[in-house]
Amino acid sequence: MSLRFGATDKRFPLRWWIVSISAIAIAVLIGVCVGAVNIAPTHAIGALLNNIPGVHIGTTDEITSSIIWDIRTPRVVLALLVGSMLATAGCAYQGTFRNPLADPYFLGVSAGAGLGATIEIVLVSSAAQWTLPLAAFLGAMLAVLMTYSLGRSAVVGRSSTSLILAGVAVAALLTALQTLITARNSDKVQQVYTWILGRLATAGWSDVLMVTPYVIICSVVLVKYRRVLDVFAVGDEEAQSLGLNVGKARATIIGAASLGTAAVVSVTGLIGFVGIIVPHTVRLVVGNSYRVVLPLSIVFGGVFLVFADLIARTALSPEEIPIGVITALIGAPFFLYLLASRKQGSLI
Amino acid sequence: MTTTTVRTSVHVQDINVSLGRKPIVNKVSFDVQGGDWLNIIGPNGAGKTSLLKALAGVTAHTGTITVNGARLDDMSHRDRACWVAYVAQTPIFPQGMRVADYVMLGRTAHLSMLASESPRDIELTYFVLEELNLLEFADRDVATLSGGERQRASIARALAQASPLILLDEPTSALDIGMQQEVLSLINKLRHEKQLAVISTMHDLTVSGMYPDRLLLMGNGHIKASGTAEQVLTAENISREYGAKVQVIQEKNRIIVVPDTL
Repeated sequence: MSLRFGATDKRFPLRWWIVSISAIAIAVLIGVCVGAVNIAPTHAIGALLNNIPGVHIGTTDEITSSIIWDIRTPRVVLALLVGSMLATAGCAYQGTFRNPLADPYFLGVSAGAGLGATIEIVLVSSAAQWTLPLAAFLGAMLAVLMTYSLGRSAVVGRSSTSLILAGVAVAALLTALQTLITARNSDKVQQVYTWILGRLATAGWSDVLMVTPYVIICSVVLVKYRRVLDVFAVGDEEAQSLGLNVGKARATIIGAASLGTAAVVSVTGLIGFVGIIVPHTVRLVVGNSYRVVLPLSIVFGGVFLVFADLIARTALSPEEIPIGVITALIGAPFFLYLLASRKQGSLI
Repeated sequence: MTTTTVRTSVHVQDINVSLGRKPIVNKVSFDVQGGDWLNIIGPNGAGKTSLLKALAGVTAHTGTITVNGARLDDMSHRDRACWVAYVAQTPIFPQGMRVADYVMLGRTAHLSMLASESPRDIELTYFVLEELNLLEFADRDVATLSGGERQRASIARALAQASPLILLDEPTSALDIGMQQEVLSLINKLRHEKQLAVISTMHDLTVSGMYPDRLLLMGNGHIKASGTAEQVLTAENISREYGAKVQVIQEKNRIIVVPDTL
């Protein structure tokens, strides 16, 4: 077939690749250099490159190297991973449910993780560091499974409303349990709240290694489904008549988004609003197609959280502000703005 | 596209649709051939839309639908969509979606779930856009189109789907009289050119009799009458099914239905 019109798919042109790579590079460099001790970018780059086997650049002293490689870099990398996962999951929920205000904590993930973490803090105490993420992860996955089985059995058919309502009910139940447990163990309230507010502070390379496989697998799945997310835009019925297996596609997308969210939440606690702020800001610039919005949300979700973390650890230095507070301070007004400017039938 | 060496043959047998325990469509059977246009009429709640949704495979039903001997009911959504395209009564036009991308959604059934469109799919989309005079709107936001342009875009999407059977639920209900004529004559032209089997529903009785070859009058989920406009659009049929008093005027091969004073 000769191409008479010569139209090509230019939805993700080269310039977005350049912008994306530059944005990540700049965010990492600033995140690594700025802090309680400011480090010159040349020294930081030297210290980073020294970790590549066979490379030795002798400009950076031992202590600076250690600050860069053992403290700041894992934290910046964790912020990148967590931010991109939350933003991507936000995109996925907003697309499959055609609800622009859906966020990564949509189906009870946060309440489940909160309950899991609370039980762990009360029963095991946080001395055993590795059990806290595990408990939060189990709680989050349990919540999603409950929501899904409730929503499925509540009605026959493919209504997404029943799933959303099931999510609300499950979240309410699990939050009530969590509050009850917290109230009966008032000596642990501070620890529970510190976790709920979200933090990247204890990040070491072990945390990074723990979330990396989840973030990569879930992001790859969601990127693969980016065209399907655009098909969802015409509603379940039309999408089905176009040949999409709506139930199966939605289950896969929700599954990947929830698994990824549960994994990052288990390490960092609840960092809110990233999944709303980032995709919507990206939409304002590049339009509504998930083929662009989703990949760019991966990039700018990470970049956004690196800068939010930078504010969290420098604004009231040497005190550190919980990063969840920073994202909420930016996110809540943004959410209200979205709500106020939302038109009938509009995606934003 | 469909290489129609054999004329498309659609066979619908004993379709039932229920809402809870209430039957909405009751043992409806009929045949349609490629190039034919069957139009379904009937009062509100007669089951017209439910029947169309059953044929499109987007609502639960019993009975069989075969196209050229292939049973649609056993197929996956994707295979089914290669045989039948559906234009909903009030289609959703997502804000911020380019018209070309909207029409290209019609290629979904021809792609594996996680694939992107090939240059051939893109070319075919632009071909359909040109055919329906939508080329100048290709980069426009589909939600900003006028009523008539939107209806053309949704028909274009159904054409991009390249299926031999097209279902149109009230294709003219949101349009003024000029646009109605434009859309109906477009459908009429396309079904002859491409030998498409068209099944539609329509509210306006006079308009119903103009282009379609055959009418199906539904009431309470049953077929009450079927045949040509002269056979179906009688004062007696209409007063029985709609509870309306009308005058039927036959003029120059056209049937005109006008309300009468009670």
